[in-house]
Amino acid sequence: MKKHLLYLMIGIAFGIILFKSEAASWFRIFEMFQFQSFHMYGIIGSALILGILGIQLIKRKRLKSFSGEAIVFAPKKKSFTRYLIGGLIFGLGWALVGACPGPIFVLIGAGFFPVIIVLIGALLGTFLYGLFRKKLPH
Amino acid sequence: MEWILEPWPWYFSGPLIAGIMFLLLFSGKEFGVSTNLRTICTMCGADKKAGFFKFDWRAQRWNLLVLAGAMIGGFLGISFLSNSTEVDINPATVSILKGYGFESAGETYLPIELFGAEAFQNPKVLAILLIGGLLIGFGSRYAGGCTSGHAISGLSNLQLPSLFAVIGFFIGGLAMVHFLFPFIF
Repeated sequence: MKKHLLYLMIGIAFGIILFKSEAASWFRIFEMFQFQSFHMYGIIGSALILGILGIQLIKRKRLKSFSGEAIVFAPKKKSFTRYLIGGLIFGLGWALVGACPGPIFVLIGAGFFPVIIVLIGALLGTFLYGLFRKKLPH
Repeated sequence: MEWILEPWPWYFSGPLIAGIMFLLLFSGKEFGVSTNLRTICTMCGADKKAGFFKFDWRAQRWNLLVLAGAMIGGFLGISFLSNSTEVDINPATVSILKGYGFESAGETYLPIELFGAEAFQNPKVLAILLIGGLLIGFGSRYAGGCTSGHAISGLSNLQLPSLFAVIGFFIGGLAMVHFLFPFIF
């Protein structure tokens, strides 16, 4: 139960950060793809620099999780096609509706109900991928 | 504490997002939002249609809780933590957007032309939202992750596949905004 509460709290913090940083704003995404502001690059870049440093620290010092277990990183499967093509399709959608999966939920929570249509589309898209996965180059 | 009601600067928000990833790592979990879309499909019975959805979704309950939290966070963010939801984008961006007919550029959090209450009555807007969602859902599963899983978690762990995915995100995004927007808007 305590653990459940922790995940919920992490999610609440994540939602507030995405909303308040304006990373969930369609306008910020459009501006980013126009290269007319450093804002989004600053968010992703600073998260990334800290992320790289922290993960190196975890690996080198063999830091343990809160429950005392080893922290393991599942390596991504080696491939090129699926990441580039999948990424490209994702990018088209991200720029069109200005929201990636996290912000979709944040925005619905914030009361922007037309985003529910985006969510329905995203669930359908996930379902279609599952149906046609074996026919796609990976 | 007045600053907390203002939009948060990148150098505050970015490190906090890294903090979220580390909190999850130290809880023994990997940060990734789009996996939840697959989980929800399975919960709705998609496992009866395709093997991809056959997995124990209960193992992903923690991630659904993060997702529920994100919705609550959005509600708290707009209701109690903002004195204005204007997004102060570059004036040059505003004028490009006005050229596309986005009169709300620079004045609202989201363009009302796409996300206002009238969206539900406008077939073109509905189609845009649905197709955008389809691309996001299909693309993130094909690429094995979205912004959180690849651009933050994967790149932080120096994963080459995540770099390919992020390059893909940008090619797709740039193509949409620079080549397809003039045909759509």
